[in-house]
Amino acid sequence: MARIPIAEGLFTSMSDDARLIGGRCTACEIVTFPIQGSCPRCPSTDMTEHPLPRHGRLWAWTTQEFPPPSPPYLGPKGDAFVPYGVGYVQLGDDVRIETRITTAEGLKIGMEMELVLVPSWTDKDGNEVIAFAFRPVV
Amino acid sequence: MGAIAIRKALADAGVEWRDIQFGFAGSYEIDNPDAVVALMGLTGIPFTNVYNGCATAGSVLALAADAIRLGDYDLGIAVGMDKHLPGAFSADPRLYACPSWYGELGQFLTPKFFGMKINKYMHDHGITSPTLARVVAKNLRNGALNPNAFRRKPLAEEEILGSRMLNYPLTQYMFCSPDEGAAAVIVCRADRAHRYTDKPIYLRASAVRTRRLGAFEVHSPWLPIEETVGPTVDASRAAFEKAGIGPEDVDVIQLQDTDAGAEVIHLAENGFCADGDQEKLVADGELEIGGRLPVNTDGGLIANGEPIGASGLRQIHEVVLQLRGQAGDRQVPGDPKVGYTQLYGAPGVAGVSILSL
Ligand SMILES: [Zn+2]
Repeated sequence: MARIPIAEGLFTSMSDDARLIGGRCTACEIVTFPIQGSCPRCPSTDMTEHPLPRHGRLWAWTTQEFPPPSPPYLGPKGDAFVPYGVGYVQLGDDVRIETRITTAEGLKIGMEMELVLVPSWTDKDGNEVIAFAFRPVV
Repeated sequence: MGAIAIRKALADAGVEWRDIQFGFAGSYEIDNPDAVVALMGLTGIPFTNVYNGCATAGSVLALAADAIRLGDYDLGIAVGMDKHLPGAFSADPRLYACPSWYGELGQFLTPKFFGMKINKYMHDHGITSPTLARVVAKNLRNGALNPNAFRRKPLAEEEILGSRMLNYPLTQYMFCSPDEGAAAVIVCRADRAHRYTDKPIYLRASAVRTRRLGAFEVHSPWLPIEETVGPTVDASRAAFEKAGIGPEDVDVIQLQDTDAGAEVIHLAENGFCADGDQEKLVADGELEIGGRLPVNTDGGLIANGEPIGASGLRQIHEVVLQLRGQAGDRQVPGDPKVGYTQLYGAPGVAGVSILSL
């Protein structure tokens, strides 16, 4: 039983000061999340890792009030399902990333948000899978 | 169902299956829509299967029209068919160039995107939830007048607003439902159309566009800071330019209403009003069959569901009936002369067709 990240190369560490890892095109400087093999704006294939700010502002949001189809969804289903928020958080002037939000209540466009790492489910080997989310800064 | 639609289209045009020189068939869930030729007759014609996201049916019609324009054929068919089980759209996110964790976390969903898009649009442009409910009520009323519709029971606005919240601000009854359906359109050279009908409908323009960098699109784990308009705006402008007319010349409109918010947004994205004007247009009944901008006169997706491969051809079918004056109880008054159809959806693709007498 260990804590494992939901995917490799998604965040810088498993500690409280972890940052999400984006990609930056060395030619045109666009920032993507996650990092991808080539640039969506120019034909460059030279993308470097770019740690993203931990804080940002909510740009758009909705709620997810029914369990998503599974697969691909691996979270709690049925009676264990708890509605969650989903939105885009603008991280400085870097990028807007789509993220789960820790609550479905009280969300407002423009509110300040911060990154948190959240235990999401236990995999078949008994490992606790850690994902990212954002929560409103109160 | 595909064969039924084809037989009806052939009968309407007064032609036989053996007269058809080529076909394009659209579907998402049916691997091989070409199977329909076995039911119609194995005449050996070129028959091409097409899947192009939510713009599949618009692409099928555009390809069929282009085949005629190239001069290779005089008479062909565009057909679409689909069957979808209940529940939200689902797939492996990697097939849409999204990471696996995006699906595992419950973010790879189209309804959630539509919720976010209209929620932001309402915030930016002052649209309210009662307006969304009025759009649904209108489309269900129109659907009740359409014998081919899937939902034919009108609902009160309070019932729509009070139904289960799925993706704020969108409730259960504000979304269309998956279902099954088929539609077919016979296309021919314009200069020969009079052989088949005394009231031909001309395809003035068709345009298909995909998302550009900076458009706010479904299945996007990230968006750049730079913003641009969506593919619907690009397809609409291209189609109006080709047709040599503008939104003010259109008499009957079919828009992609995956949810009530999509119809509201698409009204502006296709150039029929400015952002925010929808609040008053809906309240004043201008989108009704007797209004200034009749939208989704057959009930749209909300009353007809979304059999993806057929959906856009269902819009064409409705416009053809309206322009011929054959739409019965839901006929737009004043002899409409120009009709407009728009499709939009995953993976960020739009199709627009403009038809006229
Ligand atoms: Zn670049």
